Amino acid sequence: MRVLRVLATGPLTTVQDLGRPGRAATGIGRSGACDRASYRLANRLVGNPEDAPALEVTYGGLGLRAESDVVLVTTGARCSGGFPHNAPTVLRAGRSLELGPPASGLRTYVAVRGGFAVEPVLGSCSTDTLSGLGPAPLASGAALAVGTSPGPLPAIDVAPVPDPAPGDVTVQVLEGPRRDRFPDAAWAALVGQAWTVTTHSDRVGIRLTGRPLARSTEDELPSEGMVRGALQVPPSGLPVLFLADHPVTGGYPVIAYVVDADVDRCAQLRPGQRVSLRT
Amino acid sequence: MRILPCGTTAILVEVADLEAVLGLYAALAASPPPGVLDIVPAARTVLLVIDPGLTSLGEVEAAVRATRPRRGAEPASDGTGDGTGDRVDVPVAYDGEDLDDVARLLGWDAADVVRRHADAEWTVAFSGFAPGFGYLVSPGWPVDVPRRSAPRTRVPSGAVGLAGQFSGVYPRESPGGWQLIGRTAITLFDPAREPAALLRPGTRVRFVPDGTA
Repeated sequence: MRVLRVLATGPLTTVQDLGRPGRAATGIGRSGACDRASYRLANRLVGNPEDAPALEVTYGGLGLRAESDVVLVTTGARCSGGFPHNAPTVLRAGRSLELGPPASGLRTYVAVRGGFAVEPVLGSCSTDTLSGLGPAPLASGAALAVGTSPGPLPAIDVAPVPDPAPGDVTVQVLEGPRRDRFPDAAWAALVGQAWTVTTHSDRVGIRLTGRPLARSTEDELPSEGMVRGALQVPPSGLPVLFLADHPVTGGYPVIAYVVDADVDRCAQLRPGQRVSLRT
Repeated sequence: MRILPCGTTAILVEVADLEAVLGLYAALAASPPPGVLDIVPAARTVLLVIDPGLTSLGEVEAAVRATRPRRGAEPASDGTGDGTGDRVDVPVAYDGEDLDDVARLLGWDAADVVRRHADAEWTVAFSGFAPGFGYLVSPGWPVDVPRRSAPRTRVPSGAVGLAGQFSGVYPRESPGGWQLIGRTAITLFDPAREPAALLRPGTRVRFVPDGTA
């Protein structure tokens, strides 16, 4: 069996796929890759099914040594260290992949041709950091088994996709289910300022800081279901943008949703970056 | 019924009360509209999550508006395996730390709390909080129990509790503010099992007093 040895993990590296849809009614969230577009691209570039298990690396730092020849690709945040990005590359037995910190973006996806052979839990190999379901995050010294190659490699050297944007980012929002719990001034403040991503951000959600939003009512809202992209407003008035490992239900009002196509870009925001929400 | 927007991949259906949630969820779970990935009931709402490659929010909204809710107490007749109408007995040792407090709050004695809790037929209304945690309601339990003023940092797995109109069983050790009246040895959630959650929305539950549970 072909194996990759984990030399270093950086702050957090997990196995991800497209998660566990269909189980939310029993309290099991979807989880899965935070930036699904980059994750899917990685698998396509090495000829895997789009939903094969891949690695999600948070702010670089991953080291892998090939114990036999493998084809690897990195997508998403482009890490320093010189490994070709968005370009499938052979890593010979005995050679290592070492990802430095990315120049922009936060999450890098590493796919191996054949996929990582991980035992699924409830239909998915994703680590759900909120519920603890799925495999544990990667640890140094672990051996990652590589699956069998499914089909031909695509005839592509480098995928022409832009890197995650540094600096200020703008994403589109739509009014959410509890827009009516906020005065018009709060909506104007939501879409009229650049919010700053705080360090209290993870796979569950991005905590934003800025000028707090006022609510029209302090009446309690019974918990209700939500999906990724929800902008929930706790009593602090500072919105939380939910990502892949969000809770299945929540009790704070959701003022707006980021359109699904833009949530992947939000998953690449790093602390200190500013994001504007526009209709 | 109000249909509320949730971005480009979901809608939230708000209904009058929990009874209406149970009826709408049972009908939708028995025959989900095509392209719907998840149906998530809660206290006043049902969330429908779609695969935008397979359907549109407009089609799903139309399907919801055309759905005839099941009556709340009407179990599924077709055994579709969605949890609606399944029956589960949960053996309980009624020796919870808060049993006497609950009795005092309700003006009953502890034996009454146990008898009425065990005589009631419960239904899982919705999940949330943790995988496999069900919020159970019962027409035979028409009282509200306030949460503990100070939540516990550690509630053991299998603890049987009360809060508001709900009863529930902790599927694993976690913090919690529910009043604990007993415990069960039954496994509520097992990721190696399909379905992993013993208690799913629509499941009928009876608590069976068992000193050895």
